[in-house]
Order: sequence, then structure tokens, then C-alpha cells
Amino acid sequence: MDEFGPYDPAVDYTSEPAIKELRPGAREATNWKPLNMTRRNFLRGVVCSGIVIAGAGYVFSHPTKARADTRAVDRLVSLTVNGRKRQVDAPPNETLAYTLRYRLGLTGTKIGCNRAECGACTVMADGVSIYSCSTLTHRLRGKEIVTIEGVAAPDGTLHPVQQAFIDEIGPQCGFCTPGQVVAAVALLNKNANPTVDEARLAMSGNLCRCGAYDHYLRGVMKAAGRA
Amino acid sequence: MSDVMHDFELYQPASMADALELLDDHGKNAWIVAGGKDSLDWFKDRVMTPPVLVDISGIAELQGIREEADGGLWLGAMTTLTEIAESDLVTAKFPALAEAAGRVASPQIRNVGTLGGNLAQDTRCFYYRDGFPCYRAGGNTCYANTPTAMNREHTLFEASRCVAVTPSDTAPAAVALEAEMVIRNEDGERTVKAEDFFVSPDIDITRMTVLEPGDILIGVRLPGKWAGSSQYFEKVADRNVWDFALVNVAMAAKLEGGRISDARIACGAVQCTPRRLTDVEDLIKGETPDEELETLVARVASSGAKPLNYNHFKVPLMANLAKRAVRSLA
Ligand SMILES: Cc1cc2nc3c(=O)[nH]c(=O)nc-3n(C[C@H](O)[C@H](O)[C@H](O)COP(=O)(O)OP(=O)(O)OC[C@H]3O[C@@H](n4cnc5c(N)ncnc54)[C@H](O)[C@@H]3O)c2cc1C
Ligand code: SF4
Ligand code: FES
Ligand code: FES
Repeated sequence: MDEFGPYDPAVDYTSEPAIKELRPGAREATNWKPLNMTRRNFLRGVVCSGIVIAGAGYVFSHPTKARADTRAVDRLVSLTVNGRKRQVDAPPNETLAYTLRYRLGLTGTKIGCNRAECGACTVMADGVSIYSCSTLTHRLRGKEIVTIEGVAAPDGTLHPVQQAFIDEIGPQCGFCTPGQVVAAVALLNKNANPTVDEARLAMSGNLCRCGAYDHYLRGVMKAAGRA
Repeated sequence: MSDVMHDFELYQPASMADALELLDDHGKNAWIVAGGKDSLDWFKDRVMTPPVLVDISGIAELQGIREEADGGLWLGAMTTLTEIAESDLVTAKFPALAEAAGRVASPQIRNVGTLGGNLAQDTRCFYYRDGFPCYRAGGNTCYANTPTAMNREHTLFEASRCVAVTPSDTAPAAVALEAEMVIRNEDGERTVKAEDFFVSPDIDITRMTVLEPGDILIGVRLPGKWAGSSQYFEKVADRNVWDFALVNVAMAAKLEGGRISDARIACGAVQCTPRRLTDVEDLIKGETPDEELETLVARVASSGAKPLNYNHFKVPLMANLAKRAVRSLA
């Protein structure tokens, strides 16, 4: 088949993506059956929709070896986001960035690359900056998550970092800004008076397509000591 | 949305016993997730789609750094790269490893990525990671070693059909420091020397380490032998953040009366496993580090290299890194 030929309305382009055809050998070698509606997946589907009690998926798929104390996670997970307890119904393969944006409506957290390569999705978990696009939501059970929405004071007073970024005209298009703010807040929480080099290092996991790095860096230095 | 991972069952065992049972039950279908920084990309690309994930982050036994009786250190496999880079114990005793951990990827990745995951990560050959059915994926060709392929990042040494390199920054440091990897499965525990932990393609082309299904790397022991010795680590990459090493070097050496009495030096990203530069080690032992020695080191460090179409630049790069490592002793 000519893969790159002209568009042909008779072809169903939406079926299997070509890339899946490329590694049949590897799949067979490991017996992995992705995305097939096998009996096991079907059962899990039922478990996930909450009709059957949690943990039943494990019991069903391993009738001979079921162990009570090692269960697959069920969908419900309780997270602490910006100081509030939030119950979310998230499948195990969901990332925190997705949960925040599309289940909790916290769209301040951006998804740029979805590959741990840009920093737009940076949030804090227990005070540490992480890429939410590359962290499973279920991994954050019991952790304190702070997103860009939780950085300013409850009365709306901006965090010193936010104010300094405005003063220094940090953002240009602004897409990377939430991540930059959170990375800077995480730094200042840990080290209130960083050197320029320390600040540059701490901010190095956040790309800015507009190249406003020096503005952000000046903002961090300005906020330092005030944070 | 793009990049949605396949459907999997996620287990979060709180004890080693539970984790080992789970891995034993699911055999080849189970995939260990530590920080997930290598794993999640595989899943998003749907190139690897294991039905069962075992998240080992809840196991207390795998965390932390402690001193050993011989003056060495024990590093739990789940210790994050940031913890290693910032640990007073590691920076005092094994600065080469602290430095290596601090040069991995980006701050946010180091905050989550673990030592175990960094050592056990799969190669970054982009053909393989994009799902091409190459030798390493169980197929019968190598897409990186053809006249037109892009192989700037690939091997200089000991290629055997596959020309992919070890991507890890901590691996050469582990080899230089004579680290021991402690691995546990349902049948018991075994200790493997860092040099034997990494598997070259002539032994098994489909994997990078000796870890088998069911195995958990529980930690890394750094023997007291090299604690506090003169150490060096340097990494050269296209960008200082995110990018993998084009070549990196790690060295541990001891000096007595101005002469090098003992040394180990290893390079990453030049062959499939970390490469020990035994010729350099033999050359410098007993010698005084000076300019003449540096020149000799640069001459032997990358001798025998068989560059591919686009990676000739790695030959002098590797020689210069070895030279700079030895210069640090002067
Ligand atoms: C954008 C980007 C840039 C990067 N740059 C660099 C770089 O410059 N240098 C570098 O060295 N790395 C780099 N990496 C790789 C990254 O550092 C590693 O992927 C990370 O350290 C792996 O740790 P993890 O805990 O997240 O691993 P995971 O993804 O959780 O695991 C990686 C692999 O190891 C296995 N594994 C993990 N822990 C254990 C264990 N205890 N026992 C048995 N098996 C285990 C897993 O099953 C999996 O196959 C980069 C990654 C990304 C995404
Ligand atoms: S270098 Fe190795 S991993 Fe890359 S395409 Fe060739 S065989 Fe596959
Ligand atoms: S979206 Fe998470 S790092 Fe780019
Ligand atoms: S301000 Fe546009 S990406 Fe940073």
C-alpha cells in the first residue's frame, strides 16, 4: 500500500495507526495484547465503571492466585489540591495534568509537550516541583498538590513571584508562565535567597518559546527575599 | 487527546513481599514503575503496552541513603536523583555519582526519577523508541546502522548488530565506583557488580540489564574502597538540560606521594554498556599526572573506535573527556 498516496475516501484511515503494525514480533514475544477487548479487559471495564466492588478485577483475572492484600487500584482517588480535598474518578492511566485540567477545571496548568520536556505542566507535590504531564494521578494519593491557582493568597494578593514577573515583564505569550511561576515558588520555598546560578538551575526545567528567560530570571531574583 | 496511555491495571504494593508476589504472578506481563520518567513515554507512544504496572514507590525499604560499616554507602533504588545530587553523604564520599545524578535531564525529572530507574532505563535509540521493528525489538535489521540513517548518538565500540548506547548518566559513575547492584526476586537476593549489570547486545540484544521479569533492583552499594577518593564526572550534551550525553566520563582515583596509585575510569554513551577505559587505567597507574601523561591518555582513550556515519565527533570528544578527567588529578 502506498502510505503517502493521495487521500482516498474509500480508505478507513482511522483504523489501526501504522505504527502499531511495526512491531508485531515484540508484542508476540511478551504476550501483550494492547487494546483488545479480551475477557480480562472487559471485566476490568466493568470494575472501572463501579458496578462491581473494587478489587474484583484482580480476583477475576487471577482466580487461582488471588491475594487479598495486593489489589489493583480502583478509580476513585482522593487528592489534596491547593489545600482542598478533592475526590476524583480517574482511570489508572490518567496523568495528573489531565486530571487537573479536565476533571478539576484547573486549566492554569498547561500541557505543552506531554513528554517531560518543556515544564509548562509544572506543579508542586509536597513542595517539590514535578511535571504533572508525566506523573500518574494515582501516584499522588495523600500528597499536597499546589498548582498555579493555589499560588496567590486566598484574598487574591499575588505571590511575590507573580508580582515580580509582572514588574519584570516576564511573560511574552504567557503559555509557559504558570510553569515558570510554580518552578520559581518551589525554589524560593526551599531556598529563599538563591544566587543567580542557583535560580537559573532551578528554572532550567522550564522552556520558554518566546525566550523570555532573562526576564523570568530577573523576576525570581527580585522576588527572592520577599517570598 | 493524543498521548493517552493504554489501559492497564495499576498495583501499588506497600511492602516488598507484596511487590514480589505481584511480579511473580504476572511474570512478563508486569512492568515496574519507579519514577515513571522512562516508562510513561513508552506507554504514551504505545510501543510498550504492558497490561500490569507495579508502582514500587510505596515501599519504604527501597528509599533512602545510609552509611555502611566499610565507609561506603547504601542507596535505595527509589532514592531520587535530586536526593542523591544534594545528599551531604554522597557529595562527600562519592562526588562523581552526585555530580552524575545532578546532570540528568531537568530538575523536575530529577525530583521524581530514581537511581534504580536511571540505571535500568532502556536505550534512547530513536528508531527503537519510535517502534521500528529492529533487532532490539525482536526484528531482523538495524535502522540506525545504514548508509542514510541518523546515528549521531550511536556507538563507537563493541556494536553487535545493535549500535545503541547506554543513555544513563549514573551508570558510568556506578562502574567507576565499583558499585554493586542488589537484586531481589521471589527466590532470594543476589548481588551483581555494576560492570556485569549491563548487558551487551552480543549476549542479549533485547535488553540492557541483567534484570529479569520478577526482579526488583532494591539498591546500590558503593563500597568504602573509593569513598573520599579523587573523583571526576563530566557530561557533554547538545543542551545542558534534558539532553542525553553525547559522551560522559566518570573517574575515581587515588594518589600517593603525587603518583596515581589506583584508578578506574568509565565512559557512557559510547557503547551499549558503560565502557571501562582499561588502557587508560593501566597507563596512568604509577604515573604523575602532568601534561605529558594527559597527551598519552588522549591518544589511547578512544583508540579502536569504530565510528558510524555521523558520530566521528565522538572520538576526539571521548579522548578530551578522558584527558580532562586525568588533568583534574594534577
Ligand atoms: C526528557 C527526558 C530527558 C532525560 N534526560 C536524561 C539524561 O540526560 N540522562 C539520563 O541519565 N537520563 C535521562 N532521562 C532518563 C531519566 O533520567 C530516566 O528515565 C529516569 O531517571 C528513570 O527513573 P524513573 O524512576 O523515572 O524510571 P521508570 O520509568 O520508573 O523506570 C525505568 C525502567 O527501569 C525499570 N525499573 C525502575 N526501577 C526499578 C527497580 N527498582 N527494579 C527493577 N526495575 C526497575 C522500570 O521497569 C523501567 O523499565 C531523561 C528522560 C526524559 C523523559
Ligand atoms: S541501534 Fe539497536 S535499538 Fe537502534 S535501530 Fe539498531 S538495533 Fe534497534
Ligand atoms: S507538558 Fe509536561 S513537561 Fe511539557
Ligand atoms: S512567554 Fe511565551 S513561551 Fe514563555
